[in-house]
Amino acid sequence: MNPFEYQQVDEPATAVDAISRWRGSKFLAGGTNLIDLMKNTVEQPPKLIDINHIPLRGIEQTPDGGVKLGALARNSDTANHPLIRKNYPLLSQAILSGASPQLRNMATNGGNLLQRTRCPYFMDPAFSRCNKRTPGSGCSALEGFHENHAILGASDQCIATHPSDMCVALAALEAKVRVRGPKGERIIAIGDFHRLPGTTPQIDTTLMPDELIVSIDLPPSPYGSHSHYLKIRERTSYAFALVSVAAAIDVDSGWIRGARLALGGVAHKPWRVEAAEAALAGQKLSISLFEQAASRALSGARPRRDNTYKVEMAKRAIIRALTIAGGLA
Amino acid sequence: MTTENSSRTSTVPETDSEEYSSVNPATDMIDCKLSRRDFVKTVGYFTGAGALGLQLISVETIVECAPLEFSASAHTVELTVNGLVHKLTMDTRVTLLDALREYLKLTGTKKGCDHGQCGACTVLVNGRRINSCLSLAVTHQGDQITTIEGLSGGEELHPLQTAFIEHDGFQCGYCTPGQICSAVALLEEARRGDASFVTPDLAHTGRVELTPEEIRERMSGNVCRCGAYPGIVQAVQTASRTL
Ligand SMILES: Cc1cc2nc3c(=O)[nH]c(=O)nc-3n(C[C@H](O)[C@H](O)[C@H](O)COP(=O)(O)OP(=O)(O)OC[C@H]3O[C@@H](n4cnc5c(N)ncnc54)[C@H](O)[C@@H]3O)c2cc1C
Ligand code: SF4
Ligand code: FES
Ligand code: FES
Repeated sequence: MNPFEYQQVDEPATAVDAISRWRGSKFLAGGTNLIDLMKNTVEQPPKLIDINHIPLRGIEQTPDGGVKLGALARNSDTANHPLIRKNYPLLSQAILSGASPQLRNMATNGGNLLQRTRCPYFMDPAFSRCNKRTPGSGCSALEGFHENHAILGASDQCIATHPSDMCVALAALEAKVRVRGPKGERIIAIGDFHRLPGTTPQIDTTLMPDELIVSIDLPPSPYGSHSHYLKIRERTSYAFALVSVAAAIDVDSGWIRGARLALGGVAHKPWRVEAAEAALAGQKLSISLFEQAASRALSGARPRRDNTYKVEMAKRAIIRALTIAGGLA
Repeated sequence: MTTENSSRTSTVPETDSEEYSSVNPATDMIDCKLSRRDFVKTVGYFTGAGALGLQLISVETIVECAPLEFSASAHTVELTVNGLVHKLTMDTRVTLLDALREYLKLTGTKKGCDHGQCGACTVLVNGRRINSCLSLAVTHQGDQITTIEGLSGGEELHPLQTAFIEHDGFQCGYCTPGQICSAVALLEEARRGDASFVTPDLAHTGRVELTPEEIRERMSGNVCRCGAYPGIVQAVQTASRTL
């Protein structure tokens, strides 16, 4: 780990001011990703600005009937909050499927959005070629073993996936990320928050380096009772997803008023599939309908040598998740 | 590295070969002739011996600390561990795990992976289980930290410790302190109704019935190389009935 300065701040304005002054400095939230990556010098901030004392831990109902999740609320507290368990069980499930109880006690909602890929070549500087870590150096995964890499939206510069479970549920729930920068607050739709790699895989999100996430705002959800987060992984628990599905259906006596579908483990960002959602809307609940939606969702997939299995796995996972969400299981 | 942090007054000498003298003869194990480069190297490897280990000041012993000038990134923090307050001046890079083991010599807490992947380093912070290997010590000013050493009441073992012995919840014992700290928090989480990924009904908020499936999921953050899992699950279940 490289040496760094350490500063605690207790309000958003001070945090933004501090980060604007120190080039390359980083906010420290739960530290579960940042400290991990600093240990092997993938991250080398000269200064850490500890934001844990900023009062952004609240989880509150908003006037429109939605919920505001403080950026510093812990993942465990978010998943277990009565408002979330009752109105957004999809989000509770997604969070509880990730990491371990210890890590979820540390991990914050803001930090979860910004966790970096688990591409093994990115995480280990022994592999010198990684465009995300060192722009222009090449991609070790493309030439190496890429079993758990992207099948959608990748580029020839980077085929990494976004590892978060929580973000897949947030994509399906159409969350908004409220951020504060030197010029004030702005809101970024979750779908615009994470980026595709393109020719600049070193940039994960549209958040500016001097912006602080203050909250994640959930709109009111009609999907409370008909949703499911399905996660497929190599062991039963405490593992990242190979493929995951957040499925949410607004059901009215057997008919689908609307649906939301997002995939994890398949792309550089949580992959919402609006074409599949459109195929579901207005139809009667049925397994064959779910099969059509799954085919649509994967129609643009471009697997590579080692990860062709993910296409069929994702299709079946979608069908299964919709079946459970729709109450047909 | 440039420094501009107003909370610190010390500066880093420009030259690598500059020598320092001890501030306190009582700490005669400190190698005060380290060049800055050597010192950084020592800290970098976290040997736990020599200069690094001796930056400790504990309130009981009132040993003066090594000079702050050693590092551009030293920081003082008071850690409350098992009820005792320790004032430490450390490199900001020291994790809570290393502070416990190498500075406070509380070696019950174990280092397995050092990357949040095994749970051997699990301790309780304000009653919540965390991985101490991914947490910086300087962030824990004012927190109540409980390690395996702090669970028993003197000679009286914690009921979970007794249950682990009773059910053979270990073989080599390396993962055990983390397992037990984790299980202590698990019981509290279940008591207050926290859900897990296998909880069938999220809308149900009362106390959780700790079935083997629930225990396995809730203990999944603690890996056991010896595979003592059956005994661990039984121990947690037994303790959940008695506590
Ligand atoms: C062994 C292991 C297994 C895991 N398994 C899973 C899993 O299965 N599923 C899953 O989804 N996740 C998993 N995780 C990842 C975990 O969920 C993330 O590490 C965690 O959510 C990050 O949150 P944090 O608060 O600790 O972030 P930090 O590590 O503190 O920060 C991460 C990044 O976000 C920035 N940041 C943090 N907060 C803000 C803010 N408010 N504004 C601006 N920037 C901010 C930091 O500067 C840093 O760059 C796992 C992690 C580990 C170590
Ligand atoms: S896939 Fe992306 S993160 Fe992984 S080695 Fe290639 S460039 Fe780096
Ligand atoms: S040593 Fe902390 S989780 Fe392995
Ligand atoms: S008892 Fe040996 S690792 Fe668990």
